[in-house]
Amino acid sequence: MERKTVIDAEVGKQDLVITREFDLPLELLFKAYEESEIVEQWMGTKVLKLENKRHGSYQFETTDPMGNKHRFNGTIHEFILNQKITRTFEIENSPFAVQLEFLEFVQLTDDTSKLTMHVIYKSVALRDQMLALPFAQGINMAHNRIQDIFNKLK
Amino acid sequence: MVAAQSMTAGAIASNFDTARPTVSKHLQILTECELLEQEQNGREISYHINAKKMKEVGDFIEPFRKMWDDRFNKLESVMKKYKSKK
Repeated sequence: MERKTVIDAEVGKQDLVITREFDLPLELLFKAYEESEIVEQWMGTKVLKLENKRHGSYQFETTDPMGNKHRFNGTIHEFILNQKITRTFEIENSPFAVQLEFLEFVQLTDDTSKLTMHVIYKSVALRDQMLALPFAQGINMAHNRIQDIFNKLK
Repeated sequence: MVAAQSMTAGAIASNFDTARPTVSKHLQILTECELLEQEQNGREISYHINAKKMKEVGDFIEPFRKMWDDRFNKLESVMKKYKSKK
């Protein structure tokens, strides 16, 4: 069964909800957010800091195909094992304001789980800009995919 | 409503609990955005959906969804390998 990611973004609202069902037990899904080396693998980022605890913080760094480095960071407000993570997220040196993210992890069966990510932006306009970002970067993303395929062929 | 058939502004307004001028204003904006198309039938103007434009609006969100879908697919495959290593 194909488990698709669903985006619920109502027109005129400053939040959105991302939901995804995983073919993974709850503990494994949560672990993907818990351990730095695993986060690095699936996010494709370098983890500079990841303090998974209340009042902890994190900082990630990605390198785009042009070799430019982009950093992201945030504060972890709540970290409840196998249940939820509440955190902020901001792109460093960008005009985008910080956003608030509520991540909830739920067990569906022994082998499946669900992640619900509720993201709140500073304004409706900002949410729409963030939604449009991958659309605008579509060409870059296509390049990344070609690069990925190319790397696998090496 | 307008996806099923062309409708006049009056017919559309009768489905809402909103003042007719408010509905007219909304129809005007949707028409300006090309989400609705107008059709003149004698004295009446009827509205119908511009399916192509509606699809473009839907597609606007698709790269964002795809970005997360790709990311989560990666998460799933990384964790499946992690599980089998254990």
